Amino acid sequence: MPSRSLLLDERAIARTLQRMASQVVEQNRGTEGLLLVGIQRRGVELAERIARLVEAAEGVDIPRGKLDITLYRDDLQAVGARPVVGETRLPGSLDGRTVVIVDDVLYTGRTVRAALDEFADFGRPRRVLLCVLVDRGGRELPIQPDIAGLTITTRPGDRVDVSISELDGRDAVELARGD
Amino acid sequence: MRSNWPVATEPVVPALGKDLIGLETLTADQIRLILDTAEPFKEVSERAIKKVPALRGKTIVNLFFEASTRTRISFEFAEKRLSADTVNVASAGSSVSKGETLVDTARNLEAMRIDMVVIRHGSSGAAQFLGERIASNVINAGDGKHEHPTQGLLDLLTLRDRFGSVAGLKVAICGDILHSRVARSNIWGLTKLGAEVAVCGPPSLLPRHVEELGVTVLPRIEDAIAWADALNVLRLQLERMQAGFIPSLREYNRVFGVTRERLARAPKDLVILHPGPMNRGVEIDSDVADGPFSVILPQVTNGVAVRMAVLYLLAGGTTAASAAARGEAA
Repeated sequence: MPSRSLLLDERAIARTLQRMASQVVEQNRGTEGLLLVGIQRRGVELAERIARLVEAAEGVDIPRGKLDITLYRDDLQAVGARPVVGETRLPGSLDGRTVVIVDDVLYTGRTVRAALDEFADFGRPRRVLLCVLVDRGGRELPIQPDIAGLTITTRPGDRVDVSISELDGRDAVELARGD
Repeated sequence: MRSNWPVATEPVVPALGKDLIGLETLTADQIRLILDTAEPFKEVSERAIKKVPALRGKTIVNLFFEASTRTRISFEFAEKRLSADTVNVASAGSSVSKGETLVDTARNLEAMRIDMVVIRHGSSGAAQFLGERIASNVINAGDGKHEHPTQGLLDLLTLRDRFGSVAGLKVAICGDILHSRVARSNIWGLTKLGAEVAVCGPPSLLPRHVEELGVTVLPRIEDAIAWADALNVLRLQLERMQAGFIPSLREYNRVFGVTRERLARAPKDLVILHPGPMNRGVEIDSDVADGPFSVILPQVTNGVAVRMAVLYLLAGGTTAASAAARGEAA
């Protein structure tokens, strides 16, 4: 049996998201042109929460989008459990915007690579920032986060489970150690 | 919970099997999987750049032995929007007109390392025949009087869009049922998803024992209009008139035409489908075809999304949903 340990509980996640929301505004030097894009599925909920925190702090509306990268994957033939394609919805052109990619866990970097490819079909953002709740290391591509809520070192057999109350009934980040 | 275990490379089991021959051989779960997969593909066609790289590097041959505009173009758009490379082969002007057999044509194409064949053919069973003899995926784009599965699927998607669910709907299929592969695919798909189906047309154009497919026969168009939530009005194939199945087009319109006057007497507003091409003033009047309850153009839009879903599912690996669709534990 793999051992499980709690990395972030509900309150820790709330504090972390608050800090990430401030960092988003700092790195963009304001809210001008900001667009938060969540990666299906948990990234969408996290982007929504960060957007609400930015709105509360800055008093402006922050547009959000959602992105499903399934059709941009590089492993159509190789993945065993391929999910049904989710919804992609981006508000208009990305030209000139600061697009913040929001996802739950950054691991190999292949999802982000696919997201960057997909963005190219929607326009030319002024800048793209990568914002993740957990950076677990183990990159297979030269991709690094601009904002990370939590940075940990994991082994390939480990698993980082992010639970989000909207989808899973509770907020938690847990590490399951593999053998 | 999100799982990011390292991905295990398992043998790939396609969600729908190797080929799509008809809706008769699909389960209700497989049909729903296709319709659910079609949803996100609708959005791809609304983008400024209408293209995703899912089938990049795949080569698809559209092998059309019968005239087709809508279906061929719809498949071609679906293929191109998934970034596949496509070649169209029509029977006229190809070696088919020199007497080459279907299997020889397909094997020669396969020798050029293609991945999929979309076939339309005048003989019932041609798609299955081909699928059993070549390794590429085969998609039936209409074979004789047998099936036209992607038309059936786009009709289901359009009904689901309009009503929210297909289960419990009353759908009347009107016109030439005897010669219609669209009717057959519709009957299989609708009944599998729990709709009630009736057929309506002149006795000379109804197959014998059609009730055995689980449908009701309504002899009069007025009865179909009074009963149904939606009418799927089939094209009257004009060559049938020469063959003596109906006395005249005018007579057909007078007795079986879907007209505004007839619809006005219905207890509710009926949704009107037609697979095209329409004979305006024969099986359907223009003010019905262009009226507020016509979904004929949404059907065409949905056709591209459904065909993208079929191509994607046949090309790709297994899914949790598809394992469930085959009745296995995910």
